[in-house]
Amino acid sequence: MSTGKICYQKFQYIVFLLPSFLGVSIFIFLPFLDSVRRSFCASGSGKIVGLQNYKVIFANEAFILALKNTGRFILACIPLLMVTSFFVSYFITKLKYIRLIKSILLFPLAVPTAALLLIWQILFSDGGYINNILAQHGIGEVSFLHSSAAFWVLVGSYIWKNLGYTVLLWITGMMSVSDSVIEAAKVDGAGEWKILTRIIIPNLKPTFYTITIISFLNSFKVFREAYLVAGAYPHESMYLMQHLFNNWFVNMDLDKMAAAAVTIFTFIFAAIVLLRRVWDKEM
Amino acid sequence: MYLVLAVICLIIIYPVFTAVILPLQDIDELSRTFSPISDFKGDYVNVDYIPQYPTLNTFKELLLFTPEFYKVFWNSIMITGTILLFQVIVSVPAAWAFSRFKFKGRKLIFDLYVIFMLIPFQVTMLSQYLVLNKMQLMNTRLAIIIPAIFSTFSVFLIYRGFSDIPEDVPNSARIDGANEFQVLWYIGLPLGKTGILSCVVLSFLDLWNMVEQPLAFLKDKSLFPLSLYLPMIDTDNIQIMLAAAVIVLIPAAFVFIMGQDYLEQGIIASALKE
Repeated sequence: MSTGKICYQKFQYIVFLLPSFLGVSIFIFLPFLDSVRRSFCASGSGKIVGLQNYKVIFANEAFILALKNTGRFILACIPLLMVTSFFVSYFITKLKYIRLIKSILLFPLAVPTAALLLIWQILFSDGGYINNILAQHGIGEVSFLHSSAAFWVLVGSYIWKNLGYTVLLWITGMMSVSDSVIEAAKVDGAGEWKILTRIIIPNLKPTFYTITIISFLNSFKVFREAYLVAGAYPHESMYLMQHLFNNWFVNMDLDKMAAAAVTIFTFIFAAIVLLRRVWDKEM
Repeated sequence: MYLVLAVICLIIIYPVFTAVILPLQDIDELSRTFSPISDFKGDYVNVDYIPQYPTLNTFKELLLFTPEFYKVFWNSIMITGTILLFQVIVSVPAAWAFSRFKFKGRKLIFDLYVIFMLIPFQVTMLSQYLVLNKMQLMNTRLAIIIPAIFSTFSVFLIYRGFSDIPEDVPNSARIDGANEFQVLWYIGLPLGKTGILSCVVLSFLDLWNMVEQPLAFLKDKSLFPLSLYLPMIDTDNIQIMLAAAVIVLIPAAFVFIMGQDYLEQGIIASALKE
């Protein structure tokens, strides 16, 4: 084999990787580095202003509100989703015919947000269907879209959409716990509760970690529902980071956006690293 | 236990069911259903699950007398189709490179891919805008299409599929004198089919529901895909909107039903084989 050929083979990967890597660099990596640079510069003159832009956004009420709401949203919906989906999956694994249930649970993933807009209106408007039911039972009406209840409507729609996804992951995790271990525990007289807490749950730690990450990522997609139902300036309880970025984008507040983008990136990056740490230690 | 699950399934299906039932109502009934929403006078919405005078007129009107709708539908098909096609063409070789070659910086580049896969669109929105603006692509369909082609998520998902192939199989082909492109074509593609298809299904469902990118990069409403155009229809045209909603749902439901196995495998692959 000639050295030319060896050389060619050694660097052959470049041919395969290059199209993707170039595109990703042009549209994501390099521009992101550019926004990091921008976040330290004044937008007009391009002079380096140090942390000035960061000071501005952290003094900005809208930014603080959006940060708080997004944080609150993530902290509310992830545990709720995890617990609900865990119990649903636990029940499902006890059943025989799970395919239909799985299909139904997964279906919301396929439903475009736009297709259900009017349905959300019918359900959650002040004169909507849910208020109709509440009124019939003598409970006062709730202004779902124009009060702090809006936040919970958003949490609900997130869970509606992501339950199937998460259940599927839990089920896969639970199925991988070997039957013989469970059988052995049963023979030793362990009850159902004991099997669940001592065998199944400890075996699900890796699943737990990945579900947290996936739920976290999907939580950003809830913007679609929030934006399409309530517009660019919804009730302040559901004013999320994504609304803020969008509104800054419309006003072309580029230096604020750059600083905020770097801040959010840092938060997410830290969260992922931290989760990984915790997970590695526990294993 | 069955009861609890049945209730959960009902709650999940309910909104979709209503969305499909409502456009079958005739115009009078619809306007009665919706009047409490636009103008609330103490009467709440009541949904008739069995339409009094079931009719397909709304669909007829939408499909025969709303040429605009075809244009927007075509936008969606065009954007989604082009992205999917090129996404696969670009991602498959990259995934192959990550799974079959050892090279310097492989781990670093792969980690970068994974990190940016986890970053929401809003964080990179500004950076993408600056590039698109420089390329003078703003307010064209290409502004939506090109960045989406270079999705790191699809590389990741296809990579999962490829890394399941045992090393011996491609090696034996290499010994028989196949070059790397032949190995990918004759061995990688058939064996990694599941990964590629699950990437296509997951991407399709996400792209068909695209909101953020067109909202940021398109100004001209005639370029909007359905997922963004639909919410912009005037609310006095409720019957059209409802019928259009069902039409948007149909391709997604179709892909969901056809690709459910790949969808499930894709979800599992994206998460569990860390």
